[in-house]
Amino acid sequence: MPWTPPPGEDASAPSQEFAIRVRDINKTFGTHHVLRGVDLDILRGKINIVIGGSGQGKSVLMKHLMGLLKPDSGHIYTDGVDIVPLNDYQLNTVRKKFGMLFQYAALFDSLSVEENVAFPLVEHTKMKRAEIAALVRETMDSLALKPVLLKKFPSELSGGQRKRVGLARALVLKPEILLYDEPTTGLDPVATKNVDDMIRDISQKTGVTSVVISHDMASTFRIGDRISMLYEGKIVESGPPEEIRRTKNQFLREFIETSGAVKLDDPGAELRT
Amino acid sequence: MSEPAIADSEGEKRSIFSRVSGAVDSLWGPPIALVEAIGSHLVLLGNVFFWTFRRPFRVRVYLEAMDFVGVGSVFIVGLVGLFVGMVFSLQSVSAFRQFGAESFVGSTVALALTRELAPVFTSIMVAARAGSGMATELGSMRTTEQIDALSTLAVNPVQYLIAPRVWASVFMAPLLCLLFNAVGMAGAYLVAVILQGVDRGVFVENTRWFLDSNDILQGVVKATIFGLSLSLVSCYQGYNASGGAKGVGIATTRAVVGSFVTILTLDYFVTDIWLTLFSKGNV
Repeated sequence: MPWTPPPGEDASAPSQEFAIRVRDINKTFGTHHVLRGVDLDILRGKINIVIGGSGQGKSVLMKHLMGLLKPDSGHIYTDGVDIVPLNDYQLNTVRKKFGMLFQYAALFDSLSVEENVAFPLVEHTKMKRAEIAALVRETMDSLALKPVLLKKFPSELSGGQRKRVGLARALVLKPEILLYDEPTTGLDPVATKNVDDMIRDISQKTGVTSVVISHDMASTFRIGDRISMLYEGKIVESGPPEEIRRTKNQFLREFIETSGAVKLDDPGAELRT
Repeated sequence: MSEPAIADSEGEKRSIFSRVSGAVDSLWGPPIALVEAIGSHLVLLGNVFFWTFRRPFRVRVYLEAMDFVGVGSVFIVGLVGLFVGMVFSLQSVSAFRQFGAESFVGSTVALALTRELAPVFTSIMVAARAGSGMATELGSMRTTEQIDALSTLAVNPVQYLIAPRVWASVFMAPLLCLLFNAVGMAGAYLVAVILQGVDRGVFVENTRWFLDSNDILQGVVKATIFGLSLSLVSCYQGYNASGGAKGVGIATTRAVVGSFVTILTLDYFVTDIWLTLFSKGNV
């Protein structure tokens, strides 16, 4: 049984509780039906995690949230505005609310670290060069990135450093919503924990709404405020971690337990006590 | 016994039908693909126009693209121009000498260079050098999600990446064509007058007599059109690349081959239209 939103609610109405509301989106590539009626609510100011196996459409779903892909049908409401019918020109206004950290950071390799982080400021503000430089340094400091990295190019950085610089670029315009596409993929356990702490810190300090795509169960239960499972193109379960620990969904239990990182509660425990 | 016979004949009919429809599909496939390709390139051109006149105007990005397409191609275009002019002059002297008509070498080389050789060779060199570079750069940006990253930063990739490259090619290709003309004529003069002993006065006067601004303009207009087509083809291929390193390689190959074919095909039609509309009457 897929997760369904509470009945009778008007998803298009601006909501204090939810930053993004996805309703019944479908997406097909050729003959491959990737998203099959996805419903998803993203809690404002919280860390929302979407989990799912490889090839289940997690990244496709994330690209829909920012309008990088258009669904074949359905609605995506960001603060009450349906972004599906918007054209590229109109979407640019909505996208300024977002920041996104890509799986491999997607830094511009022809630009230095400093130019990468400054890029959104140069494009979207009228700040002077000195102000931009100061803000870039401040943002990098907050992510424990040393000034010595400023003049380096992305190819000279480690995987962890690249992700931090990507995050600095996503954060520098102070977005309302931050999207993370598998932020811990390819990192060692220590770097993974550092990234987790960073996501948690940013969320707590700035109050930003975070959406994290992940299949790392340890990270998911360490930082998630709300966990949603994408399976066969649908959200099959959605709720806070403690609720997910007690899930009766067999596939979700298997998915989490196979990782070995998280121990689930007995679904019948509540009934017996 | 009759039922299987009916089934067999229906199966046979279906098989004939599917074969015929398959044959029709394979006949129609290539023209439909060609129309689709032309259509998508025109849509991209429309997007380039749309985004060129929208704020912000990034002068630095345009100058960088012009430097890459134009300044970066000066040496190679000059070198090719020099040798094309020299070899054409050598062949012309050798051919015209057989019937004592060396006086026509200057005008023959000048007309061939300005009308055909300069725009076509220049554009082919720009496609090979800058076009392949555009396809590779955009292709690797696509496969490493840098183009998606631009969109997430509310920067339109067509406006930021494609429009500057297209306009840089449109403006720089004709300038490079003029350079090709100048260097090519210098090479022709060197071979005909200095090495092969053709009379200097005859070479220069004959060239002046036959060559006029219409010929030079024809070459410049062609180079402008070829600059537009090669940059559109190259950017389209790079922008739509997929499938990692292999996909980038395929995009680059398609960009170069597609640009060459487009340049040579357009050359015929542009020449035909030009000669119909602006023919000088004498040639």
